Amino acid sequence: MNGAACSLSALRIGERGRVRPGSPDHPAFQRLLAIGLLPGTSVQVVQVAPLGDPVEIEFNGMRLSLRKADAAAVEVDRAD
Amino acid sequence: MAKTPTLSSSVLRVALVGNPNTGKTTLFNRLTGARQKIGNYPGVTVEKKSGTWECGGRRVELVDLPGAYSLAASSPDERVSFDFLTGHLAGEPAPDAVICVVDASNLVRNLFLASQIADLGLPLVIALNMSDAAEKAGIRVDAQLLSRHLGVPVVRTVATKGEGIDALEKAVNRAVDERACMAQVPWPEAVGRAVSYLRDGLEKEGVRPLADGELRRVVFDRQSAVLERAGIPPGFDPAPLLSASRDILTAAGIQPLSAEALLRYEHIGHLTAGTIEFPEKRKRSWTERIDAVLTHRVWGLVIFVAMMFVVFQSIYTWAGPFMGWIEEAVASVQSLVAPLLDNWPVLQSLVIDGVIGGVGGVVVFLPQILILFFFVSLLEDTGYMARGAFLMDKMFGWCGLNGKSFVPMLSSYACAIPGVLATRTIEDPRARLTTILVSPLMSCSARLPVYVLMIGAFIEPSYGAGVAGFTLFAMHFVGLAVAVPVAWALNKFVLGTRPQPFLLEMPPYRAPRFRDILWRMWERAREFLVRAGTVIVAMTIIIWALVYFPRPESVREKIEASAVAGSPAQTDRRVDAAYIEQSYLARAGRLVQPLFAPAGFDWKITVGVLASFPAREVIIATLGTIYGIGSDVDEESGDLRTTLASDRWTEGPRAGQPVFNVPVALAIMVFFALCLQCGATVAVMAKESNWGWALFAFAYMTLLAWAGAVLTYQVGTRFLAS
Repeated sequence: MNGAACSLSALRIGERGRVRPGSPDHPAFQRLLAIGLLPGTSVQVVQVAPLGDPVEIEFNGMRLSLRKADAAAVEVDRAD
Repeated sequence: MAKTPTLSSSVLRVALVGNPNTGKTTLFNRLTGARQKIGNYPGVTVEKKSGTWECGGRRVELVDLPGAYSLAASSPDERVSFDFLTGHLAGEPAPDAVICVVDASNLVRNLFLASQIADLGLPLVIALNMSDAAEKAGIRVDAQLLSRHLGVPVVRTVATKGEGIDALEKAVNRAVDERACMAQVPWPEAVGRAVSYLRDGLEKEGVRPLADGELRRVVFDRQSAVLERAGIPPGFDPAPLLSASRDILTAAGIQPLSAEALLRYEHIGHLTAGTIEFPEKRKRSWTERIDAVLTHRVWGLVIFVAMMFVVFQSIYTWAGPFMGWIEEAVASVQSLVAPLLDNWPVLQSLVIDGVIGGVGGVVVFLPQILILFFFVSLLEDTGYMARGAFLMDKMFGWCGLNGKSFVPMLSSYACAIPGVLATRTIEDPRARLTTILVSPLMSCSARLPVYVLMIGAFIEPSYGAGVAGFTLFAMHFVGLAVAVPVAWALNKFVLGTRPQPFLLEMPPYRAPRFRDILWRMWERAREFLVRAGTVIVAMTIIIWALVYFPRPESVREKIEASAVAGSPAQTDRRVDAAYIEQSYLARAGRLVQPLFAPAGFDWKITVGVLASFPAREVIIATLGTIYGIGSDVDEESGDLRTTLASDRWTEGPRAGQPVFNVPVALAIMVFFALCLQCGATVAVMAKESNWGWALFAFAYMTLLAWAGAVLTYQVGTRFLAS
């Protein structure tokens, strides 16, 4: 079941989402695509750093730390 | 790319590429052993590692390119890789073949880079590395089938255990002989049109012809360095041409900036179909369990602080005895050699103080470097470094540093040299440079003697032990407090480039291999000795000359003639003091003293400050010599303290007043806290960035130190009547 669209940076620890086509204007856009964060990929927020930033996400068996500013480049459909 | 097949007798050039954390460097070490060369690519500060590899009867020059996820040339590392692979790096012909190291557990994502290399028409071999870990996790890759789909050899390897090396040798030979290139993405017809349009447009403007693979990079990458390098004729703005060629894609329903990733991953999906077997039910991995603790908001921080405490203690305390032994060994060599040269006093001083002293001054840093790199390798090889960076990134990120700046900056509290060397772990070049530029502001252990002397002689007698302790503590924070705004200002006004997205893979935890750790320690130590050591010795000799010369005989005669009473030792000390007063350095000290007058420094302090530029710890010995109580004093010396306290201005507006008081002592400490008085650090910074940046750091820190000292003295004399 698909929930509302939101930014990846808005997901809380443990929440999952499915990546939506993002905005090409964001500086992190191409890099995130290159490492495989493509539309349709299922992504989970695994951990948030003690000071609230960056966040650790998991997708396709890869764990990645990224800043909220870069995570904002990714739109997701929140999954339940 | 038409090319004659390489003869088996000549040296082949093979490039090693791969994503970070694929075990690429371990494989490189396996293949080349100790036959490695480390240097920089000309004109850029990207490290070039190459080595010779006896590959199935052929001699191969293997080049280890920086780890990267993509060839989009958005960072200097990636740009060097791309230029190297396309043969556009000065003095570096394109390689004969490429080995792409992939993590067998993350095959699809890793093949993205391989697919980009396929576009360049280079023979390719896939090393399916860390296959053991993948198999343990239940991931099986059918290498034979994959090889058939890709059209290039695929070899199962476990670099840490040396498995698959023979097969890799055969595969490289086969790929070179058969020019086996990986299947290219069947680009949609619109991509072809966009590329032709761009090619025709560029040709018309007289831009050097580019290969299709390069032109595709220009069309796909937001900001490609390819055009820049091809040489754009003056007055030609390629932007309209580029956006027109991208419009061709848009018109065909293809978003230009996401086109490459979507099309490549789609193609990789087809190529890998049926070749990977995933476990039916994924187990909760060890990494996940460990991470739940190590990146935890509370426990993660507690463990991080504890680990960093151990690292800091190790370089601050454990290295001490080793450094003591080295100093003793150097001293005994000096006393062994000295008598041999008694008849040639100039040569004696040059060899003893200049050469042996200089070499000793290099070697003495080895214990700290070895110990720090033991820990840095351990942190990196286990995968913890990425977790530490994750925990710390917020604290450092806002001023242009990043989470990985933490280890270099902490290490710099012991010594900036291992600290600056440790910046190698920072991938983002801008954050790396910023970290290099601010690390020397951390209060290193060589500053401690100055603090102890000044606090012991002037703060403690006036204000007591409590304030003395607090002052010592505060001095260690001055540098850090200044470093943060400096880093911010450097990023804002000097570096001025766009911040790179900070994407950091958190690799699975792995057991470190002792052999790899020892190798890294040796590699760094050797590099320090060879690359920085030579510069440091040369600088030591120059400074030696400035302190030694001109040394007219008349100085000694005058003192001996006027010898009031006193032992020969006292006379010798007075002669030494007189010689240093006469030296070129002291003359310079007198000349620039007016500059330091607003900080309350007299000429003797100024000479001490100047003499300390090559190595700040010499200040104590220099003051001892200048004040005629011998150079073998230390910071706890009662003699030196009393002599300093009783020194008075002999001329000028403050004649008769003490030279040293609380504001002067504070000003001296602030000066030493902020100034880059360490030739060895400058040399290492130059090697890790370039001489321009090293001199820039030297200039800004000297200026900052001067301003800090003046401010401290001026504010101090207003508020601390003494």
